[in-house]
Amino acid sequence: MAGPDGRAVISCTGVRLDRGERTVLSDLDLTLSERRIGVIGANGSGKSSFARLLNGLLLPSRGNVTVDGLDTRKDAKGVRRKVGFLFQNPDNQIVYPTVGEDLAFGLKGRKLPKAEIAARVEATLQRFSLDGFGDRLVHELSGGERQMVALAGVMILDPDWLVLDEPTTLLDRRNTRRIMAAIEALDQNVILVTHDLRLLESFDRVVVFEAGRVIADAAPAEAIPAYLRLVE
Amino acid sequence: MITGLYRAGNSRLHRAGAGRKLLALILGGTLLLAISSLPLAALGLLIALALYGLAGFGPRVLWTQLRPIVFVLAVLFLAQLWLATPAEAVLVVLRFAALVLAAGLVTLTTRTSDLVAAIERGLSPLSRFGLDVAKVSLAISLAIRFIPAIGQIAGEVREAQLARGRRPSPLTLVVPVIVRLLKMADEITDAIDARS
Ligand SMILES: Nc1ncnc2c1ncn2[C@@H]1O[C@H](COP(=O)(O)OP(=O)(O)OP(=O)(O)O)[C@@H](O)[C@H]1O
Ligand SMILES: [Mg+2]
Repeated sequence: MAGPDGRAVISCTGVRLDRGERTVLSDLDLTLSERRIGVIGANGSGKSSFARLLNGLLLPSRGNVTVDGLDTRKDAKGVRRKVGFLFQNPDNQIVYPTVGEDLAFGLKGRKLPKAEIAARVEATLQRFSLDGFGDRLVHELSGGERQMVALAGVMILDPDWLVLDEPTTLLDRRNTRRIMAAIEALDQNVILVTHDLRLLESFDRVVVFEAGRVIADAAPAEAIPAYLRLVE
Repeated sequence: MITGLYRAGNSRLHRAGAGRKLLALILGGTLLLAISSLPLAALGLLIALALYGLAGFGPRVLWTQLRPIVFVLAVLFLAQLWLATPAEAVLVVLRFAALVLAAGLVTLTTRTSDLVAAIERGLSPLSRFGLDVAKVSLAISLAIRFIPAIGQIAGEVREAQLARGRRPSPLTLVVPVIVRLLKMADEITDAIDARS
């Protein structure tokens, strides 16, 4: 669960990220260890790129990103085991036609015995209020149900960190609350990218991006107004 | 034939092993194509229909299987009528309908993961020649999972064009649908990476 110094921590040191011809993130020096961290910023400010750096989906062009001491460049596999990732659109994260099969997907990759997979799938369905959904067809579920399935599919792998890139953007208020309640109940450290500032009021820390740089990094009571001043 | 997807149930067909069902499908299909007797082909179709009953599926499920191919069947029928004899036209339609129904029945009564596992077992001898069987089976499950999504995307693009006063044609549909599919494929790849 924790890094060499006994603490769960993700750090970015001297990170720059180029995508194509453009530099989309620069001068990134962050140490993330709070349990609930929000990431906000205008469209195109680099939030998704930043989130993808944290589990090695993107690698920094300069500098290093480490998760509990593992370098994303050197140990992508180890990093992915530590960092779960939830995307905006559940449709593109669910790879099997039925809910139960999809939950089993990640576990099968880990070569667990069949009986254990079945037991963990059942327990995870219960835990995310999806009892009885095991045989349901994914394409017949509502958007909110699908996002809950996608979350369950990530959490069944028991990561230490969960990074979420606008997981509630496609959901109504009620399903947003449901997903947020499920996220709040997690023991894991959470990093949430969102445009919905209300979701971050109870968070420990909020990082504000603007044009690829961090322009504010503080408690929500301070960081959110700073962001609002910037955009209004 | 893939539009059916798995429907949970507890019939004997549901419980039968995926490998056996696939094998039966391959053998039955070959047989159906090998014979050219009308009564036997009709019998094949009747057997397929009876199996739907055995699996506990009513006319509605049957219709969802046939609806997507009705047009193809009609074209086949007319083409054969024109090119060959009425008897051959009927034969072709019987064969094709029986095949599609039988294949649909296998996907309806078998979980994708079991189907894929059976295919994986069948292919495993080929791993000695460098075939990555796990990749093949992931590709198959993705195909089954995302075929409904392709229809949905095509529908959305069509509606978007209609809403802007254009009559969608296959030509105006192809490019936006492919672009959306590529974008989707990108995101799916990321999600699979993130979960493996
Ligand atoms: N695949 C890509 N190739 C090249 N440039 C990209 C790519 N994806 C994003 N970018 C660019 O990187 C910059 C940051 O994009 P990013 O998606 O990280 O922003 P974001 O803050 O997540 O925006 P949004 O709020 O709209 O999701 C943008 O200028 C964008 O054009
Ligand atoms: Mg984004």
